[in-house]
Amino acid sequence: MKPLLEVKNLRAYYRTFFGVVRAVDGVSFELYRGEILGIIGESGCGKSSLVQSIVMPKPPLRVVEGSVLLHENGRVVDLTRLDSRTRRSFLGTRISLVPQYVMDALPTVRRVRDVLRDIAREKKLDYEELKKLFVRRLRGVNLDESVLERYPLELSGGMRQRTILALATLFNPDILIADEPASALDLVSQRQVLELIRQLRDEKIVGSVIYITHDIASVRQIADRVLVMYAGKILESGSVEDIVNEPLHPYTKVLIKSVPPLGVSYTERRLEGLKGAPPSLLSPPPGCRFAPRCPYAFARCMKEETPLVETKEGRVVSCWLYLER
Amino acid sequence: MKVSEKILELREVTKVFRTGLLRGRSVLAVDKVSFHLGRGEILGLLGESGSGKSTIAKIILKIYEPTSGKVLYRGRDVSEIRGWKELKQYYSKVQGVFQDPFSSFNPRRMIRDTFYDTIRNFGLARTKEEADAIIVKAVNTVGLNYEEVINKYPHEFSGGQLQRLSIARALLVNPEVIVADEPVSMVDASTRIDILNTLIDLKQNFGISVLLIGHDLSLMRYASDRVIVLYKGQVLEEGPASILEKPNHPYTRMLYEAVPRIEEKWSEKPRYAPELPASASAGARGCVFADRCPIRTERCLAEEPPFVTKDGARVKCWRV
Repeated sequence: MKPLLEVKNLRAYYRTFFGVVRAVDGVSFELYRGEILGIIGESGCGKSSLVQSIVMPKPPLRVVEGSVLLHENGRVVDLTRLDSRTRRSFLGTRISLVPQYVMDALPTVRRVRDVLRDIAREKKLDYEELKKLFVRRLRGVNLDESVLERYPLELSGGMRQRTILALATLFNPDILIADEPASALDLVSQRQVLELIRQLRDEKIVGSVIYITHDIASVRQIADRVLVMYAGKILESGSVEDIVNEPLHPYTKVLIKSVPPLGVSYTERRLEGLKGAPPSLLSPPPGCRFAPRCPYAFARCMKEETPLVETKEGRVVSCWLYLER
Repeated sequence: MKVSEKILELREVTKVFRTGLLRGRSVLAVDKVSFHLGRGEILGLLGESGSGKSTIAKIILKIYEPTSGKVLYRGRDVSEIRGWKELKQYYSKVQGVFQDPFSSFNPRRMIRDTFYDTIRNFGLARTKEEADAIIVKAVNTVGLNYEEVINKYPHEFSGGQLQRLSIARALLVNPEVIVADEPVSMVDASTRIDILNTLIDLKQNFGISVLLIGHDLSLMRYASDRVIVLYKGQVLEEGPASILEKPNHPYTRMLYEAVPRIEEKWSEKPRYAPELPASASAGARGCVFADRCPIRTERCLAEEPPFVTKDGARVKCWRV
């Protein structure tokens, strides 16, 4: 299988007053056609910076190394080498983004139809034609055209996020990047939005999906493959079943353990979360970045950086436990 | 555990917000909500956004006044609290912990100074040594190290650590009740359990009563003794925390079915109607959940259901 998107050894840093923040530090992965790739990580692990550096890095974030290759009928484009104007023309058509803060994604003082007019102008399309398409998309996300006349403030978070999904998929993008699309939503709306994303993929309205979240249980619901990210690096990747049923990296194990099964009460059993906090990306620890919080860490973990090793086909882990001691 | 003493009680609390500058529109945020918090109990208040759960927290903390109804603290109507001195007395017993720890702290002040402010405001210590002793105790109680946290600014902490510090700040005054409004929804999934464990410890070690507000079923089940399920400002179901895995009300069942589980994928198609933009017709006095309910009848649309008792739970539904 040929990948649709190939991220190779990507490094994206923020230059700040205090020094260089290595938010994305040597990340490589492939996105295949038709798949939903889940990227799991906690806040500050660099997952949103990864998204930004794929879509369009804005200062102070800069891509300092690596490439983002978009494949198309045998042709390859390296997104990092494009000027921002060309890159912008890819937005919405080739790559579309559903951002985390539903409140910020739509301008509050303009009706949804005005936003649609802006898109028509930007893409040089006829508004009425675009409106027909948009209404079709709205039906797909269980809304109707009355949304056009509304201000975003009049819609609930779930409805707003469904409106954004309809906008983001107008032009059948190859890649839909959903950055915590449901984290700010209620349980029921969250399920609806995630199932809609899967449906958009099943109906081939979008090619592939990158779904970014900190919630491993929701990744379990819709992703085909999973990358686990920590402190700017990838610690583990594999099929969603492998990751959930046989996690290899100690960090992944803790993430899975921290999801409380429904029905457990503190009066019967105490659950435990992950202790400590992720390292500062201004001066990440030498060796494995998870080592300071890892219950299995030994001397080598603190000193030597861990390589990614393939344990079986399509299954990769970065941990000294799985290498010779 | 037997909980008999009512430390906090709400009687038919209602809150109406008026919006709009010219055409006045009113929103019924809390609709005749009654419940009590027992001494040494963790009561879970479960609801989605718009259910009125935060409004209830703010009414208890006297940030809002209820439109009608009463909040009683140890049998005394809190609306009778007059003046800063009495209010301070109330706050030294009832404290709040909020959703976003980063907006609970002044970003330009060190943790120590924020804590000193609280101690000074409440007149808790006469000397610096006394103040420090109170802070050490509170910080240790939430499982943090005094030396490591005290001279830092809020941005130097992770969300989880800072949320612990806001619990520590609430503990300075030695309260009887903590109202925790979505204390874990903004912290990382892997650290949520430990914040809840901190609240559980407060109950178990110091007998502090906790009103825990949240929307995550599994976490609310884990940390609550009893739960109340709110929807559109009304209590729909109330009972022991185990009702969350054996729901009686169709709304609670809808929440139950939406929980993403690590063991399995969502299987069957959801049976619930999606939420639509609010229409003007919403004024009928039926069940508030009727428009999305898969088992509704004509009666549900026309008449408000009463509470019925089932398996130790109170359920507001015609179909139970």
